[in-house]
Amino acid sequence: MADVILNVKNLDISFKTSAGMVHAIRGIDFDLERGETVAIVGESGSGKSVTMKAAMGILAKNAVVNSGQIDFTYTNEDGELGTVDILEKDKKWLRKHINGKRIAMVFQDPMTSLDPTMNIGKQLVEGILLHTKLSKDLAYMKAVSLLKEVGIEDAEKRMKQYPHQLSGGMRQRVVIAIALSCDPNLLICDEPTTALDVTIQAKIIELIKKVQKERGISVIYITHDLGVVAKVADYVNVMYAGKIIEKGLTNEVFYDPKHPYTWGLLSAMPDLETDDDRLYTIPGSPPNLLHEVKGDAFSPRNRFALEIDDIEEPPMFQITKNHFAATWLLDPRAPKVEMPTELRERLDRMKKEASKYDSEL
Amino acid sequence: MTANYNAEPLLKVENLKQHFKVSNNYTVKAVEGVSFEIYPGETYGLVGESGSGKSTIGRSVIRLYNPTDGKITFNDTDITGHLSRSDKTMLRTQMQMIFQDPMSSLNPRKKVEDIIGEGLDIHHTYSSKAERDKKIKEILAKVGLAPEHASRYPHQFSGGQRQRVGIARALIMNPKLIIADECISALDVSIQAQVVNLMKDIQAETGAAYLFIAHDLSMVKYISDRIGVLHLGHLLETGTTEEIFSNPIHPYTKSLLSAIPEPNPVVEKNRVALTYDYKTSGINYNEGTEHLVGGTHYVKCTDAEFEKWSK
Repeated sequence: MADVILNVKNLDISFKTSAGMVHAIRGIDFDLERGETVAIVGESGSGKSVTMKAAMGILAKNAVVNSGQIDFTYTNEDGELGTVDILEKDKKWLRKHINGKRIAMVFQDPMTSLDPTMNIGKQLVEGILLHTKLSKDLAYMKAVSLLKEVGIEDAEKRMKQYPHQLSGGMRQRVVIAIALSCDPNLLICDEPTTALDVTIQAKIIELIKKVQKERGISVIYITHDLGVVAKVADYVNVMYAGKIIEKGLTNEVFYDPKHPYTWGLLSAMPDLETDDDRLYTIPGSPPNLLHEVKGDAFSPRNRFALEIDDIEEPPMFQITKNHFAATWLLDPRAPKVEMPTELRERLDRMKKEASKYDSEL
Repeated sequence: MTANYNAEPLLKVENLKQHFKVSNNYTVKAVEGVSFEIYPGETYGLVGESGSGKSTIGRSVIRLYNPTDGKITFNDTDITGHLSRSDKTMLRTQMQMIFQDPMSSLNPRKKVEDIIGEGLDIHHTYSSKAERDKKIKEILAKVGLAPEHASRYPHQFSGGQRQRVGIARALIMNPKLIIADECISALDVSIQAQVVNLMKDIQAETGAAYLFIAHDLSMVKYISDRIGVLHLGHLLETGTTEEIFSNPIHPYTKSLLSAIPEPNPVVEKNRVALTYDYKTSGINYNEGTEHLVGGTHYVKCTDAEFEKWSK
């Protein structure tokens, strides 16, 4: 565990709203190693974005942190390795030392995350001047080289242009360049490609992968697209109703999922090979976290639910060294339940296809 | 599949051109000579990246724009030029649209029953208030909403439910053709599946045809009988879903298909998406003509290109 750069322990967050307290995050643990890519998957409202905002220290004002710890390890200005608990630091300190400098974020919609009244160059140089001791000229040169690094041609010309003069994919490249401008240790991508076309999505993902490899930084992906997860992630966390319900290496979670919710998510993906007449859907909708959840939050939508699911919350069961799932089905006392046959067949087909590349499967 | 290919096409678009004049010396050619047909009960998927003109085609077909050139025949009536009163009524009832963003396409100050009932009010298709209510309740049930939802406002619904309201509004006039413009791209994956299933059920029940406009190929494959691939205002390739997916001819179609991410980690990590750049590809869309590949599968290219690609 020497090289863990982010360690989230027992994070628990509520939001004060006019309707009452919304318990958005209900105890999350995960860690991230240097150079690793972790994906957080879940539906809207499952708490994936809130978790990452907590890690950046940019939670909304009405958020209440009930418990938890977010330890971030980084090399400070003096070149020493230090660890801070982000939740204990105030916003001003985080602004100066962490945000943008050590942890950078790429948001979903490049149109709203860029300032429409500022040219690209100014937006790039702004962060560099604020966080480093570079002179204006050097900062400008660095900005140009960053634009080249993210694959923008005519970088000097682009520096003078405004966001509305660029296409969607180009804008997202600029956002990535800004995120990289202060050489962060951790890049958080919040649905970086959801607003983009498939062809451009593929290019942006390739770009993030390339940058990560060259710079050796860690990346956290927040997404609901399992195809994207399959392409980039080493490690997957599946979130549901403010909890991580399954986590493991990407291959383990995709080829041998254990939680019924993960089964549902994988089944709902349209498959290019099968010609079923109907798509699988998970019945119902996610629980309202305004009310305390009793037992397993997924049990009302789970056709494999056991009686115990309505009474007590399942603990995390360990399946392999890295693979965990929170479902009572894994308890030794539970009846033996297999995943739906359609999914089993699809996974077998996937594994067969994958074995062309990797004979160990 | 319920599509009836023996019948006359429900919608026939011939050589449609849609230009937008920006200034005296600059015109955006959004759609450049596109032709396709939709048969009764069929789903035709239009795919392409943003800026390819797919939404423009949808809007021209429903006459939100005045087409620059070309001919659109709907229900055996030419709907291209000036519309007579009766043609307009026919078009406005028989063709309906579902929009992308269910939040911005529903009037936030109106109750759901009034949003859905607006078409009924305009075309006076009921004789009493009770009949109007009955029709609205029936439609709500059809899209999987409860009768008590009728008196609520759009903000009280989740994204998936709002899109159901949008579908209900399109369905109430009993249209023959529904234009669905990116109607699922703003929704979560699990909700997308619910809405697509609903649209399929409705088609089986009412026999309506869909013009399904999207950029997500995996969903398009799932719902469409036939597909048209658009790029820069040109319809590059069209054919049945099977033909396009198993035997893509045009390099652009190939690059689109290769960009779909699959939920298979090992395969996905080893795969490199094909890149396609119009500027460097040496292809000139304006020189292309339609070439038959087989069946209903057409590709737009020059003779030399066709020979090269179909080898």
